[in-house]
Amino acid sequence: MGRYVIRRLLQMIPVFFGATLLIFLMVNVMGDPIAGLCGDRACDPATAAQLEKEFGLDKPVWQQYLTYMGNVFTGDFGTAFNGQPVTELMANAFPVTIRLTIVAILFEIVIGITLGVVTGLKRGHPVDTSVLLLTLVVLSVPTFVTGLLLQLLLGVEWGWIKPAVSPDAPFSELIVPGLVLASVSLAYVTRLTRTSIAENKRADYVRTAVAKGLPRRRVVTRHLLRNSLIPVVTFIGADVGALMGGAIVTERIFNIHGVGFQLYQGIVRQNTQTVVGFVTILVLVFLLANLLVDLLYAVLDPRIRYA
Amino acid sequence: MRGATHAKWAALATAVALAATACGGGDSGGGGGGADGIVSSSWGDPQNPLEPANTNEVQGGKVLSMIFRGLKQYDPKTGEAKDMLAEKIETTDSMNFTITVKNGWTFSNGEKVTAKSFVDAWNYGASLKNNQKNSYFFGYIEGYDKVHPDKGQPTAETMSGLKVTGDQTFTVKLTQKFSTFPDTLGYAAFSPLPQSFYSDHAGWLSKPVGNGPYTIDSYSKGSQMALKKWDAYPGPDKAQNGGITLKVYTDNNTAYTDLTAGNLDLVDDIPASQLKNVSADLGDRYINTPAGIIQTLSFPFYDPAWNKPGQEKLRTGLSMAINRDQITQTIFQKTRTPAQDWTSPVLGEAGGFKDICGDACKYNPTEAKKLVAEGGGIPGGTMTISYNADTGSHKEWVDAVCNSINNALGNNKACVGNPIGTFADFRSQVSTQKMKGPFRAGWQMDYPLIQNFLQPLYYTNASSNDGKYSNPKFDKLVDQANAETDAPKAVGIFQQAEEVLKGDMGAIPLWYQNGSAGYSDRVENVSLNPFSVPVYDQIKVK
Amino acid sequence: MPEPLEPLESYDEGRAIASTGAGGASDLGTAEAETLEKTPGGPEGTGAGKKPRSLWSDAWHDLRRNPVFIISALVILFLVVISIWPSLIASGDPLDCDLAKAQEGSQPGHPFGFNGQGCDVYTRVVYGARTSVTVGVCATLGVAILGGVLGGLAGFYGGTWDGILSRITDVFFAIPVVLGGLVLLSVVTSSTVWPVIGFMVLLGWPQISRIARGSVITAKQNDYVQAARALGASNSRMMLRHITPNAVAPVIVVATIALGTYIALEATLSYLGVGLKPPTVSWGIDISSASQYIRNAPHMLLWPAGALAVTVLAFIMLGDAVRDALDPKLR
Repeated sequence: MGRYVIRRLLQMIPVFFGATLLIFLMVNVMGDPIAGLCGDRACDPATAAQLEKEFGLDKPVWQQYLTYMGNVFTGDFGTAFNGQPVTELMANAFPVTIRLTIVAILFEIVIGITLGVVTGLKRGHPVDTSVLLLTLVVLSVPTFVTGLLLQLLLGVEWGWIKPAVSPDAPFSELIVPGLVLASVSLAYVTRLTRTSIAENKRADYVRTAVAKGLPRRRVVTRHLLRNSLIPVVTFIGADVGALMGGAIVTERIFNIHGVGFQLYQGIVRQNTQTVVGFVTILVLVFLLANLLVDLLYAVLDPRIRYA
Repeated sequence: MRGATHAKWAALATAVALAATACGGGDSGGGGGGADGIVSSSWGDPQNPLEPANTNEVQGGKVLSMIFRGLKQYDPKTGEAKDMLAEKIETTDSMNFTITVKNGWTFSNGEKVTAKSFVDAWNYGASLKNNQKNSYFFGYIEGYDKVHPDKGQPTAETMSGLKVTGDQTFTVKLTQKFSTFPDTLGYAAFSPLPQSFYSDHAGWLSKPVGNGPYTIDSYSKGSQMALKKWDAYPGPDKAQNGGITLKVYTDNNTAYTDLTAGNLDLVDDIPASQLKNVSADLGDRYINTPAGIIQTLSFPFYDPAWNKPGQEKLRTGLSMAINRDQITQTIFQKTRTPAQDWTSPVLGEAGGFKDICGDACKYNPTEAKKLVAEGGGIPGGTMTISYNADTGSHKEWVDAVCNSINNALGNNKACVGNPIGTFADFRSQVSTQKMKGPFRAGWQMDYPLIQNFLQPLYYTNASSNDGKYSNPKFDKLVDQANAETDAPKAVGIFQQAEEVLKGDMGAIPLWYQNGSAGYSDRVENVSLNPFSVPVYDQIKVK
Repeated sequence: MPEPLEPLESYDEGRAIASTGAGGASDLGTAEAETLEKTPGGPEGTGAGKKPRSLWSDAWHDLRRNPVFIISALVILFLVVISIWPSLIASGDPLDCDLAKAQEGSQPGHPFGFNGQGCDVYTRVVYGARTSVTVGVCATLGVAILGGVLGGLAGFYGGTWDGILSRITDVFFAIPVVLGGLVLLSVVTSSTVWPVIGFMVLLGWPQISRIARGSVITAKQNDYVQAARALGASNSRMMLRHITPNAVAPVIVVATIALGTYIALEATLSYLGVGLKPPTVSWGIDISSASQYIRNAPHMLLWPAGALAVTVLAFIMLGDAVRDALDPKLR
């Protein structure tokens, strides 16, 4: 197990550098950030040159990347164009997005798994068919349409929720945005659980348990659920990283000042340091989440042993 | 048994939902909280550090308008430049000015505002070393080329044209005659700065200190800024409310939605798509007043295809193919007024606003088609109108303008919008002269003078002449007008220059932009100044 | 001789990784295909017609009787037909717009009403199908070919090449899709669909690559492949004759479902202002401009969004049906 973890960690190093280099190159393709900084009126060439120098933009890209990574390892993620250290932006943005992600994951677990278990136990039943149809509808409507509709109906027309989340972003205001963010994964968790339950329902150990005369509830919770949830748990685990980076649309609709918002703003303003900094952290989260999921897999499924 | 299982799951789900709701039930603060007469207002994250000479966009400008007062202040209604900190500004030759600063003004930290506060601030703003984006405002002052050379390192620390001659007096020497120079001094870049700005720059930036009617109470970058009324403010325009809380919104649509939901008091940028709802949502709590902003279509004169003799007919034809009345009504719900010249109605007739464009700005599809054909037709048969897609509601009107041109010319392929993903990239393509067709240009005045609407935009190689329009006749008239000390005469010469511009149709004037704002029923006496910035200090909380 | 397979790797790479594009579209199906690749591809069948009981003919037998499959296939067929000949059912020009009619509702001759520019919504919905289908099909083909080939090679050869390719896959996988779209497409000036498709292929291939790698590894272990190897079959012959036919099923399933999500992703990109550009007519463009007018003129949003949802639904259901048919466990 220990050797396996070490090997995985070593494998993460090239991936980490590759991904950050990739995003660094992509952001650099975006064009000249100074022009945007100067606004509707172009800066005079002298000021522009001075600004380029200050942000290190006059150096070749590979050199910028090396300098940047060198700084990152000393904890310096650079400065945004408005003079704010990127680490400060992160300190504000990540807690908000983490809360949003927690809400989303809770939805996935509570609603997704519940619906999945119900439908899995009742394959072919009208309940199953309608839930299945519902998940398909959720999957086929783009998130931003769902988000805007919910915001309009719940926030504006019926006044059940605040249409915009306040800067503190407490959990209570994140319920609907969390649901919107989770919607696609939620539908997916439902389907995954359903398939898994239906598959395991016919497994020998379940039949044995039923034949033994165990109460149905015990069979479902102790035997069926535990085994069926393995793929679901791994899916949800891996979803954490994706949810955090994928909240650009949701955060924009609901005025959430989290990672997605900072990324969007950074891209719009071509603020290389902000974008690369946030993505670097996201890539790390993504890699670690994947590693944890694989380890979790081993814990949940005794048939797997990592050398 | 099966029923029981279901009930348990359902109960669990309900319990979680209830718990989650209950946890947040206590929060009822938000924008609606009326404590101490605080007004909450929509905001966007300022793009630059909040230094006066470094703020070139309206969001940072909002803050500066609250925490700074300069030598002059533009009247919130008429736009007229009135003395604020200036006791008097004297000149005999329009080149040498003697400025006396009023006694009795201090910064909110108690430091006295003196002549030195201005001179140091201006030298700071002009110096290349400090990367101030508005440094060109000081370009008329003698010695600017030493502290801010076009190439290489500065050879002087301060501008030779600025001299402190007493505690409260200083002199300014310009490199050329500029009769309306005093009227430009209301611009934020000319604000005075306290000593702490230099001694503890980082500290100042995290919580700027100025001499205006408000002080900054707290500032969490990227989310909100709380400004408090400064009780000891010495000026005549004391704040009428307890303070302003500026809240950053990711999207102006969201801000508007929050206003209608009662969580916000003031939105000063109502998205075009919501304008239809304002009367239903806000009733009379909606203002729509002229502002010094004009939208035009610029042409890439640097592209040979767009710079052929005789193409003024093409450009005039295109101008006449645009149904300004219909677009301003349908798309903008009358928050834009069809343009008749290249300036703005906020200047007033005395300031130079006049219907100079005439028929060339009136919709006339038959004449338009004829002129476009006479002007050699659209280069390449299809033209694009470039705009940035990330901010503002540009897509709607660009599409509408293109459809109008297409309908007038009877060709659905004549014009097509060309969205550019980000403002930064749009600006970068504009300033590096990569445009292949007309592009959107918006101009918000720095100060309410006709000079400001013409010279920076159409003078040969001027700072904002993005299309590289050039006509020696125009340049000559502008030079003449600047040297003219008699204000009405100067305005007349500027209008002659504008006639030259019309003959060339150097840019197509589209419409004048109004400031539009909506407010909650908690506040009253809300207005927008000619820069379309809310007059925060006048707002009263009921 | 390739190294024996470690259990870890098959789980690691074949397992579902969460959606990379949670912002708009999600690559569902990755994990569902997992069930597939754990089941060897059934009795060997190299051609559909040769043996009556091959996986493929079995699946076809199932599909023909599956109403879900028939309905979604018909919907897709209809979409393809109107993408090629939109004038069959719409007589107008989608670029004909009269601002005087902006936001007007349904009226004779214009069943879906007009959009914010006064263009006929019905005509635009019909013409938009071509763009969406093109984006979906081309992006899926690109992703399937690039990802399938790279993943397949990695799985077949194993060893160092596998290591390198897998790490590259991880690199591309780690970039959130919507974010990548914002960055890459914000500088695009072309108004064609190709940059959008190119971007989807660039960031979408790892999804297929992982599936393909996993299923090739599984297929490689089958007795008949080992037998072919023992008999001295060449690498290319083994790959073409024995492995590909058995490893391709999960790829097809995931690709079909992904097709729908690419269409939805195009709309999300348009919403963020970096998607397709006029004069291209697309549901994404129309949905994103209508989304601002959702309160005043919901019909502007309803029709293109409905068309999009039905299309995505059809592809997901098709993929679902194909998976059910190919997965013997669920029979």
